[in-house]
Amino acid sequence: MILLINQILNVSNLTTSFRIKDDYYAAVDNVSLQVFKNEVLAIVGESGSGKSALAFSIMGLHTRAKMEGNIYFKGEDLVNLSPAKINKMRGKDMAMIFQDPLTALNPLMTIGEQIGEALLLHNKAITKKSRYEQVIKLLQLVGIARPKYTYNQFPHELSGGMRQRVIIAIAISNSPELLIADEPTTALDVTIQAQILDLIRELKNEMQAGIILITHDLGVVAEMADRIAVMYAGEMVEVADVHTLFENPLHPYTRSLLNSVPNSKQKQDRLHVIQGVVPSLQNLPRTGCRFAHRIPWVTETAHEKMPQMHEVEPQHYVRCTCYKHFDFLEKNKEDHKHGIS
Amino acid sequence: MEFLEVKNLKVHFPIRGGLFNRKIDAVKAVDDVSFQMEEGKTYGLVGESGSGKTTIGRAIVGLNKITAGKIFFEGKDLASAKNKSIRKDIQMIFQDPYSSLNPKKRVLDIVAEPIRNYESLTRKEEKQKVQDLMERVGLSAEAILKYPHEFSGGQRQRIGVARAIALKPKLIIADEPVSALDVSVQAQVLNFMQDIQKDLNLTYLFISHDLGIVKHMCDQIGIMYKGRYVESGKKEDIFTNPQHIYTKRLIAAIPDIDPRNRDFQKNHRRDVQKMYDQSYHEYFDKEGLAYHLQHISESHQVALPHRKVD
Amino acid sequence: MWKFIVRRLFITAPQIVLLSVLVFLMAQMMPGDALSGLIDPNIDPQAIEQQREKLGLNNPWYVQYKDWVVSALQGDLGQSFRFKMPVTDLVEQRLINTFWLSLATLIITYLIAIPLGITSGRFNDTLRDQIITGYTYIGFATPLFIFALVMLWLFGFHFQWFPTSGSVAPGSEAGSLSYVISKLHHLLLPAISMALITTVNTVQYLRSEIIDTKQKDFIITARAKGASESRVYNRHILRNSLLPIAAFFGYEITGLIGGTVFVEFIYSYPGMGLLFMDSILQRDYSVVTSVVLLFGIASILGALLSDIILSLIDPRIRIK
Repeated sequence: MILLINQILNVSNLTTSFRIKDDYYAAVDNVSLQVFKNEVLAIVGESGSGKSALAFSIMGLHTRAKMEGNIYFKGEDLVNLSPAKINKMRGKDMAMIFQDPLTALNPLMTIGEQIGEALLLHNKAITKKSRYEQVIKLLQLVGIARPKYTYNQFPHELSGGMRQRVIIAIAISNSPELLIADEPTTALDVTIQAQILDLIRELKNEMQAGIILITHDLGVVAEMADRIAVMYAGEMVEVADVHTLFENPLHPYTRSLLNSVPNSKQKQDRLHVIQGVVPSLQNLPRTGCRFAHRIPWVTETAHEKMPQMHEVEPQHYVRCTCYKHFDFLEKNKEDHKHGIS
Repeated sequence: MEFLEVKNLKVHFPIRGGLFNRKIDAVKAVDDVSFQMEEGKTYGLVGESGSGKTTIGRAIVGLNKITAGKIFFEGKDLASAKNKSIRKDIQMIFQDPYSSLNPKKRVLDIVAEPIRNYESLTRKEEKQKVQDLMERVGLSAEAILKYPHEFSGGQRQRIGVARAIALKPKLIIADEPVSALDVSVQAQVLNFMQDIQKDLNLTYLFISHDLGIVKHMCDQIGIMYKGRYVESGKKEDIFTNPQHIYTKRLIAAIPDIDPRNRDFQKNHRRDVQKMYDQSYHEYFDKEGLAYHLQHISESHQVALPHRKVD
Repeated sequence: MWKFIVRRLFITAPQIVLLSVLVFLMAQMMPGDALSGLIDPNIDPQAIEQQREKLGLNNPWYVQYKDWVVSALQGDLGQSFRFKMPVTDLVEQRLINTFWLSLATLIITYLIAIPLGITSGRFNDTLRDQIITGYTYIGFATPLFIFALVMLWLFGFHFQWFPTSGSVAPGSEAGSLSYVISKLHHLLLPAISMALITTVNTVQYLRSEIIDTKQKDFIITARAKGASESRVYNRHILRNSLLPIAAFFGYEITGLIGGTVFVEFIYSYPGMGLLFMDSILQRDYSVVTSVVLLFGIASILGALLSDIILSLIDPRIRIK
C-alpha cells in the first residue's frame, strides 16, 4: 500500500512504434514500469535498446510515433492527453535532462532567458523581478559560482559541465515530481561527471522527486540507482533493485553486459564478448526470445514461445525461461571469432 | 635506445586577435612533455578534455606541427626529412568510427589507401592484400566491396584498424578507439586490439579519458593536465600508489561497479576533493599548471615542486 | 564587435582599390579610346595626336589611373560622349531610379520568401510544401529575361494594367502625389517580375534552415520546458533560422545588380542597368567604366553589410 501511495508514474504495456516505409516497427515494445517518490530508477541498455525512445514517449516528445498502452501520471493518461494539456505538465510536473549539453541550449538566447522561459511558461503572472531572482536562485542551487554574471552569458561562453548545470537548472525550475535524465554525464569528463551525479542526487533528496536515469554506464548505475530495469531490443528483460541486480543477475543479457565491462576490482585478461550484434529496428525477431540468436548454444527448448516477465523472487523480474539454462562458454577464442560477423 | 622517445615536446596554437589579426598569445596544448615507450607494450595517455593528450598523438603521426622539442622513433628524429619513410611505421586509429571513414568510398579503397601511398602493387595483388587484412581483423573477405554505412560501429572500427595495420606499422596511436561504442562492442574491439598486438608485435599509444579501460589495457600510464604531465609510471604505480592530488582525484571519480561501495566511494570522493582544494597550491604553480616531473622511484614520476621531493 | 567592424573595413578598402585598378585596366584594353568615337575621321592625324597628348592619353597607365582616381574622388567621372553631359550627372538620376527599383524588389522578395519559406519548412513533405517547392524549381529553371518579357507582354500590353516603359509618366511634376504614384506604378511590374524569380533562392534557403533548426537538440529542450508548438516556432526556430537569411541580405544586393540589367533593359526603365546596356552598345566607354565601378563597389559594400549584420545579431561572433 505504501508503495502505491508513493507511486508517481505508472507505465503499463506501452508500445511506441515508428513508421518506416509502409510498416510500423516498435522501438518500445509492451513495456511496463513504475517510478516512486524519491527513488532513482535506472534504465540500462545499449544503443537500439529503446531506452531513449521510452523516455521520449513518457515526455510526449515524439512527433511522429504511434503510441499504445497507458502512461499514468498525476491522475492522467499521457498517451491520450491533448497536446495542450501535456504542454502544461511538461517542464512543470515532469522535466528532462539531456545528453549533450553542447547542443541542448539555444545558441542565441542568454542563460537567464532560457531558464526564465521555463518559469514563465508555467506561471504567466510572474513579474520580471521575481523571475530574475528565481533564476539567480536556481543558478546558485546548481552550483554556478557567479550566477549574476552567468545570467547574461550565452551558452558558447560556458564549459560543458556548466552548461549541463544550466540544463539541470531548467529542468528543476518548477520542482517537477518526475525527472528524466537521458545519459546526463556521457558527454562529460569523469571528475565533472562525479560532480553532476552528486548534484542530481542532492536535488532528488531535496525535491523528493522520482528520477528515471537512462544510461549505458554500469558504473554510474551502481552508484546512483535504487532500482534497475535492463532493456534489450525494445523490451524489458530484467528488473530488480540495485543490489540484487549486481549480486544476482539472471537474464543472460544482464550477465553478459556485466561481464563485458573492465572491472577495476578483479583482474581479467579478456573481456566477455556477446556474439552477434543488436538487431536493427526493422530486423527485430517478432516472436520468441529476442536474445536467443546471441546465445546459440542454449537449446531452443530453453526459451519460452512467448517470453513473459517472471517474478523469480520478490520484486525481481526476468523475461523468458532461458536464464535457467544459461552459462557462459569458456572458449574465448571461439567467441572472439563469432563476435565479429 | 628507446622505441619511442618524446623529448620536451611543445605544441602551441596561436591565438589571433586585435585589429590586424596578429598572434597575441598561444594555447599551450602540449607544454614541455617528455616520455618514453617500450616496444610491444601499451602506453596509456590519460587526461580530461583539453589536457593535450590527443595533440600529442597527432603530433607523433605528424598531424600537428611541433613548436619545439623532438620525437625519436627507434632513435631516429621524426622531424628530419630523411626519415620520412618511418612515417609508415606509425599509424593512427580514430575515435569516431562513423566519421573517420569516407562514406563514399568502398572498404577496398579505404583500406588500400595507405598501401597506394607507399607501395606499388597490381590491382590483383592489392585486392588480395586487402582481403587478407579483412580476414586478419575478423571481417569477411567479400566485405571489401561494401560501403562503410553497411557496417555496425564495431565493424567500422575494425575497418579503421585494418587500414592502420595495412603497412605493417610498429606503433599504433589509438585515440579514444572505443569511446563512441556500446559496452559490449567495446569489449569486442579491446579484445581484438590485444590479439593483433600479440600477433603483429605492435606497440600502442592508447589515448583515453576512461581510466577503467586504461587500467585494463595499459602497462605504462601518463596522466596529463592542461598540457603537462602530472604523473607517470607503471600501471601499479598509478593505481595503487598515486602521488599527485590530481591523479588521486581522477581515480576517485571513477564510478565503482559495486553498489555496496556506494557510501564508501561517496565519502572517499568528498575527502579527496577536500584535500584537493586544500593542497591545490602545493601541487600547482601560480598559473595553475603542474610542476616538472621528479622521480620518486625508478618507474614512477610525479610533478612536484623541488621542495616536496626531499 | 567594433574591432570586428573596423577590421572588416580594413579589408574593404584594398578590395575597392583593387577593383578600381581592374576596371581601369579593362577599360584601357578596350579597342578605341575616349577620342576615337568623338572625332571626324577626316581630321589630320597630327591634330589628333596633339589632342591625345593634351588629354594625357599618352601617359603611362598608372599616371592615367592616378588622374582618373583623383577626378573621380572629386565627383568627376568624365564625359558621356553620347549624352554629351558629365557622367556624374547622368548616373545620379539613374542611380536613384535603380535604387527605388531594387528596394521595391527586395521588399517584394522578402514578402514572398518569408511566408513561403516558413510554411514550406514547417510543414515539410506535405502537399503545401510540395506546391511551394514546385514553384521554386520553376523559378530556378526560368530565365529572368524571358519571364520578364512574358510579364511585360501579359500585364503591360495585353491587360494594359501597367506602363510598358519609362520610370514616370511624362509631364508629371516632381514632388506631387501623382508623380509618386506614377513612379510606383512604373516600377511595380519590373520589381514583381524580378522578385518572383529571385525570391526562390531565399525560399529554399529559409526552408532548409527551418528543417535543419527543427531537428536541433535545443528545440527538444524548448518542448520539454512545456513550450507550445507556436512558441517553439516563434521563439526558437524562426529566430535561429532567420539569422542566416538576415546575414544574406547584403549579398542579395549583389544578386539584384545582375537582375536589374535584364529587367531595366526589357522594361526600358531608365536605371543603371539600362544605362549599362546602352553605353556598351554605343561604346560610351567612360560611362561603362563608371557603371561597372559603381556595381562593383555596391557588391563589396553588400558583402560588408552582410558581415556587419551577422556580427550584430549572432552572439557567437558578437563577443569576439
